[in-house]
Amino acid sequence: METFKEQDYDKKIDFGLWRKLLRFLKPYKKLLLLLSVVMIGVSGVDVILPYMNKYAIDNFVETGNLDGLWKFGGIYLVLVIIQVINIGVFIAIAGKIETSLPYDIRKVGFERLQQLSFSYYDKTPVGWMMARMTSDIRRLGEIISWGLVDFVWGFAMMIGIAGVMLSLNWKLALITLSVVPFLAIISRYFQKKILKAYRQVRKTNSRITGAFNEGISGAKTTKTLVREEENLKDFQHLTGKMRSSSIRAAIFSALFLPIVLTLASIGTGLSLWFGGQGVLMQTISYGTLVLFISYTTQFFEPVSQIARILAELQAAQASAERVMSMIETDLEVKDSREIVEKFGTIYNPKKENWPDITGNITFENVTFEYKDGEKVLENFNLNVKAGETIALVGETGSGKSTIVNLACRFYEPTSGKILIDGVDYRERSLEWLHSNLGYVLQSPHLFSGTIRENIKYGFLDATEMDIIRASKLVNAHDFISNLESGYDTDVGEGGGKLSTGEKQLVSFARAIVSNPAIFVLDEATSSIDTETEKLIQHAIDKVLEGRTSFIIAHRLSTIVSADRILVIKEGKVTEQGNHEELIKKKGYYYSLYTNQFKKEKESTILNA
Amino acid sequence: MKKIRLLWDFMKGYRLMYIGAIFSVCFATLFTLLNPLVLRTTIDSIIGDKPLDLPNWATNIVEFLGGTNELSQKLWICALIIIALTILRGLFLYLKGKWSAVSAESTARNMREKLYDHLQHLNYDYHVKAETGDLIQRCTSDLDTIRRFLAVQSVEIGRAIFIVSLISPIIFSLNTKLALVALIVIPFIFVFAIVFFMKIKASFKLSDEAEGKMSAVLQENLTGMRVVRAFARQKFEIEKFDEKSKEYRDLTYKVVWLLAWYWALSDLLCMLQIGAVLILGTYWAATGVITLGTLVVFITYEGMILWPVRQLGRILTDLGKTLVSLERIKEILDEPIEKIEANESTPEIKGDIRFKDVYFEYDKDRPVLKNISFNVKQGETIAVMGQTGSGKSSLIHLLARLYNYKEGSIKIDGVELKNIQKKWIRKNVGIVLQEPFLFSKTIKDNIGLARKEAKEAEIFEAARVAAIHDVILNFENGYETSVGERGVTLSGGQKQRIAIARTIINDTPILVFDDSLSAVDTETDAYIRKALNSRKNNATTFIISHRVSTLAEADKIIVLDKGELIQMGTHEELIKQPGLYSRVWKIQNSLEQDMDKIG
Repeated sequence: METFKEQDYDKKIDFGLWRKLLRFLKPYKKLLLLLSVVMIGVSGVDVILPYMNKYAIDNFVETGNLDGLWKFGGIYLVLVIIQVINIGVFIAIAGKIETSLPYDIRKVGFERLQQLSFSYYDKTPVGWMMARMTSDIRRLGEIISWGLVDFVWGFAMMIGIAGVMLSLNWKLALITLSVVPFLAIISRYFQKKILKAYRQVRKTNSRITGAFNEGISGAKTTKTLVREEENLKDFQHLTGKMRSSSIRAAIFSALFLPIVLTLASIGTGLSLWFGGQGVLMQTISYGTLVLFISYTTQFFEPVSQIARILAELQAAQASAERVMSMIETDLEVKDSREIVEKFGTIYNPKKENWPDITGNITFENVTFEYKDGEKVLENFNLNVKAGETIALVGETGSGKSTIVNLACRFYEPTSGKILIDGVDYRERSLEWLHSNLGYVLQSPHLFSGTIRENIKYGFLDATEMDIIRASKLVNAHDFISNLESGYDTDVGEGGGKLSTGEKQLVSFARAIVSNPAIFVLDEATSSIDTETEKLIQHAIDKVLEGRTSFIIAHRLSTIVSADRILVIKEGKVTEQGNHEELIKKKGYYYSLYTNQFKKEKESTILNA
Repeated sequence: MKKIRLLWDFMKGYRLMYIGAIFSVCFATLFTLLNPLVLRTTIDSIIGDKPLDLPNWATNIVEFLGGTNELSQKLWICALIIIALTILRGLFLYLKGKWSAVSAESTARNMREKLYDHLQHLNYDYHVKAETGDLIQRCTSDLDTIRRFLAVQSVEIGRAIFIVSLISPIIFSLNTKLALVALIVIPFIFVFAIVFFMKIKASFKLSDEAEGKMSAVLQENLTGMRVVRAFARQKFEIEKFDEKSKEYRDLTYKVVWLLAWYWALSDLLCMLQIGAVLILGTYWAATGVITLGTLVVFITYEGMILWPVRQLGRILTDLGKTLVSLERIKEILDEPIEKIEANESTPEIKGDIRFKDVYFEYDKDRPVLKNISFNVKQGETIAVMGQTGSGKSSLIHLLARLYNYKEGSIKIDGVELKNIQKKWIRKNVGIVLQEPFLFSKTIKDNIGLARKEAKEAEIFEAARVAAIHDVILNFENGYETSVGERGVTLSGGQKQRIAIARTIINDTPILVFDDSLSAVDTETDAYIRKALNSRKNNATTFIISHRVSTLAEADKIIVLDKGELIQMGTHEELIKQPGLYSRVWKIQNSLEQDMDKIG
């Protein structure tokens, strides 16, 4: 579980990590450079504009000589136009990077997610991966694009202002700028505090959302337990905390601005004091004095800006770490280089080299353990002939699913071999096996789209005939035809617009449309109405014909009609044989059967 | 207007403070504007030699400080005045920040608590039909929209209005013509900002929707990863995601592109405005129409006024959202809640129950229960069976007053149920729901949920009766194990047993199991019932179940069909009658026949 532990956000800036991100920045080298140049341009004009005021005061107002005012106006106009273009361009470029860079990272991330092993998925909540792919990556895009904008602008601005001030009057400049170090220290301190305080607010906020969720979902239970008042009390703790942490954060922000303003005004005061004396002694012009005064107020913004970016960069680092850790996770199941050369990749398969498949599957001394050492199977042996139906029964966690996952090569054996038609399946490509595999999950997962698209998912080149044939075979055709839009009916998100039974039938059609040699069924336990139950049973019988099948079985009819039943307990086969043989044994299977028998009959009567 | 009234109600206790915050903005703005005036006087009359043209009180201050000549030797006094003014301004800015935060956050807290409390007290029926996602959205993001309006937006509006209405008279009094020049662009920028942000709304929405679609594809892909792999559809999925991801990228870029135009164009307007003031001001200053100090004041004010006006356009376009959010929250609060009626009492409850001709419907003229009559003596166990939709659950929901019966009478120990307070009866009727909800607390807290003062021994005892004690001890953290997202995943049977434990921990005189042993195996079921029977208090118990073995042991069995009571009696009586009960009972026999066939 260490992959999604909460990270500590207060680390020092980790350059190694950011360097890793550089590979994503490569395509934007030119844009980033251009952006920096434009930002230097922006700050340049920002520095020059107050200087224009000085020039106007010294050369026109003070002298009363208006020669050149037109020219001055012209130059001003040019500056305005340059600046306006600069602004448009920098927003456009930063926006380009802000949107394209996350796109690139997402693409790589998504491709990685398509290849990561099931053990990764078993241990990583979907919500965690979602957050990495959406908000974390978005944040990286923002900090890199707009962070660069503010950073370059801020630095160039400070250097520009300091440069002009020093060149006009270095003594006055030094006096005025003496407040800058304090400004920098205070900004850095406050920005860190503010960011941290708001992070606390967000954390509490998500707890409040959770509490609302629980309060609403659990309202019925709350009523029966008469816990309304206690719940409210618990909730009030949270809202109280939310209130105080929000106020704390707001007060930090509210303190920051006045302190910076005061520091800046000390700068202004210093320039007025010493600059004014200079004007009186005529060592400094009026214009210079005005310029110094406006520069001091202009100075504080970049300083606090840079402090803010540094703080945000530290926070974004956590995002970067999590995203990179996801992208850099090792693949546990993948084809070796020779195999890829021979049979191609998922993106570029070389189907012409693919051998035919008969469907004999052999487990040879297979041991499987998770990365953390948890052993699920040990020296497991099994020989399945082509066309045979194997029913696996046993309790949750007995290892049934692992056997199926190994057969499908979703996992690979830690030691031992799995042979398909006598050849270790690692000597064939993943796609070769999966193209010959039909798979129906316990809770059928459909994708948004039409029924046709969902069936085609099993065989992208399926013709209309293929689709209808498959649907007819599994008894889905009738219900589909009765729908208003037939095969073009939208199934909704996750297939939500269809009933569970209908989803099952569609997923059966999907599984056999490509006529696979191997079929895997994780049978559903949830009860559905008798009518659909019959349809599904019929579908299962049809589907199993002539295919090597593994079934994690729950329904009696499926179990009874299997060629061989394996009772699995703690990763071992404890009973094996057909239905009659196992009943006679009067072991685990016998009690499982009698219990299930009662349950099914009862529910037939009571759910009619 | 009602909506604003609602907001005003929630602000109770913090209204004065909020008004104080708005006044602070006003003062902060005032001090912001004084600074340039001090600079002007300093430049013109103290450093320069122009005569003072100040109001009397200001001239008096200058005189008090020693007059212009004296002050030109002590410029540090002017510097101090500027710093002092900034500190005052900062003080008010701070007060504004603090007061608006305290009042907005407190209002938000009031709203949250009111919403939560209201939701808890809404009718049972409301929660059966509730759309959780939508409700949460209203309680969180809609509420946040309102909070933000209070904390930031309305204060910003105040600031923009103050700054324009304070600056205008000052600059007009300094020089009318230049003031006109300085203000001419303001309405245009304001209108431009409003029009732009109205227009861009559609683009923002498109970008948001595209993000939603991209997330949906991602979510589907991740949850359906097994399907993707099993059919080797990675390439297909990558292309699908890429399409949505690209769409999101391009639509978002379009928004940025529009923003680039907006900022560039509005900056153009602003900078031309500043340029006009600078050049005309310079011209007039050079020709002696205005002083140098006045020019500096104009230039400074121009910079101050433009930004808030641009912001204002943006905020005003957002304002509609706040009203919509208020409306959505009001909708929840307008729903009626359960209350204590005047004629309701809290009698002692022992467990004698009489149903007489009870009629109940959810929707008009679609009876769920009709003519239900039966009696239960204190301490008896009643089993209820029936097909799906026969009204079993409704029957026991009536008992806990989760719904009110329409006709007939239910008497508990002789008192009409309608005259007993809802909370009181629920405290005396322990119900274990079909799909119990566990809270994300530790197992121990979940069991002790309804009994705050529960001792550890009592919790263990309840867990033992519910046959879950040993299971809990086997968890790594035992009773301290958390339930829910961050804790262990419990099986359906384990959840049911914890729910049983938390219900029986209060020795209620009436106990109801709404098919709450369905996910537990037969032996455990029998064990739990036996343990319950041997407890010291002999509760009147209702059990809804499918299991014949469970039903058979009850003192009385009730069979419901389409809302009517069709059979009632003991196990021995019912197996002799043809009907649902005897049919289910016969399964036992057919199994034996089945086994005989195999021989």
